[in-house]
Amino acid sequence: MHSITLNGNTYQLDIPDDMPLLWAIRDVLGFTGTKFGCGLGQCGACTMHIDGAPIRSCITPIVAAVGKQITTIEGIGDDPVGKQVQEAWIEEGVPQCGYCQCGQVMTATALLQRNPTPNNEEIESTMHGNICRCGTYNRIKTAIHTASAKIKEESA
Amino acid sequence: MKPSYKNFIFSKTNLDRRNFLKGLGTTGALILTANWNWAQDGAQKFGGHGMPGGIVEDPKAYLKFNTDGSVIFVCARSEMGQGIRSSLALVVADELEADWKQMRVEQATGDQDLYGNQNTDGSRSMRHWYQPMRRCAATARTMLQNAAASHWDVPASEIRPYNHRMVHAKSGQQISYGKLAGMLDSQAIPDSASVKLKDAKDFKFIGKDQTLSVDNMNIVSGKATYGADVRFDNMLYAVVARPPVYGSLMESYDDSEALKVTGVVKVIPIEGTTSPSEFNPLGGVAVVAENTWAAIQGSKALKIKWSSSPNDSYDSDTYRDSLKEASMKPGKVLRNEGNVEEAFASADKKYSASYYLPHFAHAPMEPPVAIVILKDGKLEAWAPSQNPQSARQKAAERAGVAFEDATLNVTLLGGGFGRKSKSDFVVEAAELAKSFPGRAIRVQWTREDDIAHDYLHTVSGEFLEASLDKKGKTTGWLHRTVAPTITALFGPDSGHQAAFEIGMGVVNAPFDVPNIRIENPPIPAHVRIGWFRSVSNIPHAFAAQSFIAELAHQAGMDHQEFYFKLLGKDREINPLDQKDEWNHGEDPTIYTVNTGRIRRTLRRATREAGWGKKLPKGRGMGFAVHYSFVSYVACVLEVEVQDNGNIIVHHATMAVDCGPQINPDRIRSQMEGSCVMGLGLAITGEVSFKEGKAVQSNFHDYQVPRISQAPKSISTHLIDPGDIQELGGVGEPGVPPVAPALCNAIFVATGKRIRQLPIQDQLA
Repeated sequence: MHSITLNGNTYQLDIPDDMPLLWAIRDVLGFTGTKFGCGLGQCGACTMHIDGAPIRSCITPIVAAVGKQITTIEGIGDDPVGKQVQEAWIEEGVPQCGYCQCGQVMTATALLQRNPTPNNEEIESTMHGNICRCGTYNRIKTAIHTASAKIKEESA
Repeated sequence: MKPSYKNFIFSKTNLDRRNFLKGLGTTGALILTANWNWAQDGAQKFGGHGMPGGIVEDPKAYLKFNTDGSVIFVCARSEMGQGIRSSLALVVADELEADWKQMRVEQATGDQDLYGNQNTDGSRSMRHWYQPMRRCAATARTMLQNAAASHWDVPASEIRPYNHRMVHAKSGQQISYGKLAGMLDSQAIPDSASVKLKDAKDFKFIGKDQTLSVDNMNIVSGKATYGADVRFDNMLYAVVARPPVYGSLMESYDDSEALKVTGVVKVIPIEGTTSPSEFNPLGGVAVVAENTWAAIQGSKALKIKWSSSPNDSYDSDTYRDSLKEASMKPGKVLRNEGNVEEAFASADKKYSASYYLPHFAHAPMEPPVAIVILKDGKLEAWAPSQNPQSARQKAAERAGVAFEDATLNVTLLGGGFGRKSKSDFVVEAAELAKSFPGRAIRVQWTREDDIAHDYLHTVSGEFLEASLDKKGKTTGWLHRTVAPTITALFGPDSGHQAAFEIGMGVVNAPFDVPNIRIENPPIPAHVRIGWFRSVSNIPHAFAAQSFIAELAHQAGMDHQEFYFKLLGKDREINPLDQKDEWNHGEDPTIYTVNTGRIRRTLRRATREAGWGKKLPKGRGMGFAVHYSFVSYVACVLEVEVQDNGNIIVHHATMAVDCGPQINPDRIRSQMEGSCVMGLGLAITGEVSFKEGKAVQSNFHDYQVPRISQAPKSISTHLIDPGDIQELGGVGEPGVPPVAPALCNAIFVATGKRIRQLPIQDQLA
């Protein structure tokens, strides 16, 4: 039995130690905002936060998350930075199919939490692990700047 | 543990067509109940009318008015990122004079009789459905107006719609659409002559540059429902091991280790289909489990013996040589004007080049996935399908239920690009559901499955030869295209490209050349070839647009100047005169090829990009322009090639003439996405084969563009359509010019000409 804390709630899971967090949260707990894209940590669609740091949940076994705070896309809007990122994504019309965007939002939020005013190079190097097959990258970049400006405004 | 709560994402009552036709009693919704169809003048066979199921303009199928004021638009085209749910909703909202905030979109189930053609491909959702949806909405608006007239007992002509209300200025009365909803059932469907479309000058949403989306809020908060997100209590999860070589079948299997994996419930063989396999499953062995992880682990533990296949020796290196060899010999003549031999024999200068493009995998971010429940002789499926009618039909057949007893619910698609037009993954779920009556079963493809068993983009060898006179005028043009055909999926393999493939930028070369010949030597297919975004336009445009830049260089002329000379004077060409009998399904007398539009589109892009300006050392600018899906797109790229061969695209300029622009923001987004995808195809896109098996397996070796590889900036320019009324496609025509524009820019930057894709380390 594994006990995990997801978006502030605690859940008990009777699953094998090596089951990746992605499948534990999607299939067993039923929170489907986090997406499966590759299963190899290559595409970032499954990005969630463990103790505030973005991780690839498709290659992170459940045992690695026990006793830690997990945040998924379902919970990121409760964070002021996460909320700004979501709003910027809408304002800039970032999503096309949208399937990768939960992962993009999670990585972008972690970036802005760590560095509220990233430049283009920092955005590129941080977001490099998140694939968008529709090719929304230029709008992602713009939206991160938009969110950054709003965060700055709010903290001023 | 068991899930602690129910998570029925789809309320079945919402999506049940029979209930929906009866109306939603609980919310007081009213359906436009009368039988009605827009009068169609005569037998039309082009555009949407030429598609299976044709066009249905029945407002009762598409619109519902609720007494709470909300308006439900039922979208029958699949949403895969092109934004069609929002774009059609804004068309309807505008024509209805509705409040955007009151618009709701429901996704139609697969039902061609009710909705007309739903196959979402060919960049034609807006092209075919803009006017029909406007007319549906205008009819409904007229009914609201008539209802208000009856209510107040005043002439309908004195009433005007304004922002979700009907207003009678004379008496100062107004009434909301919500209140009128309850009065609609007594309204007769108006005569079509009394239904007036809104004047374009009054548009609030159509053609306006704003970002309106019905799905983005759900998307960014994880609430949007893709195929992979449909779940039911007690659902089963399956992963299928499929034959590694096309044409092979499962001979025997050992599941003893698979069954030992915690969570694995059952192992079930799936009957396969060898070539031609159409949209049927390839067959193999399914591992059914309590969760996806267990199914994946179980699948890896299977030991399977596969039969031999005629494609066991398929090898991409050898095949590339075969393509080139075939392209050097005369082939089936598709178009022949003048005499190219004579032109070549008497030419001042003759030049030829060969080009190669590999297979591409669609690799939508959401791999194929489908959920099926079979219960009491009825099948219900949920799938991210571009082609729900076909998926419903094939799933019903496989499960042995009547078509009428099958329902296909269409979820959001996590990318499509043509892959999800093919229903093999839905049929697999239908097959497995037979073993678990009453229980939902999901088939989940892994990324490895997706790449190894895709309906791949064709692979192509292109040979071009041309003659030039002293003034740099092209006097002869020969283009031989060799590529396995999509039609090999459906019958005996002719080896020849079909009309819809040669009509994609090879036979319809719009050039002013007196001697022109287009040929298509045959080559057999060894994998499933399928429609991939932009389809055969990609290789044809790559070859032709690269070759033209090469010719310009040979002639010692500026590329653009040379191109305009080749294009000739502005003229409208009937596609039939170029032996293009397909014309993207459109009427050749209405949808002509207009060289003036090609010229203006290119001119706009090059002007915006600063064509001819001095660039920093190591940089080059290149362009390409291509007509496809009855739209015109030009791409100009400013490119730097670093010493290590790394390519940086500093700026991309896209110009598009797609006729009238309905949702400009989504046109821009498609151009941006097309540019990024086109660059990825050119630089790293390749699925190759050894011993019949795909070499690549996941995103580490099938590399798609990442943010750092996208252009540093993209600007998109929409060409004013002027008097042009005909809509063009948007989703696909942006891709074909990108790869040749890149290679033309690389040539300017480095002097190196890339003729074989992908570029990979050719510049290192």
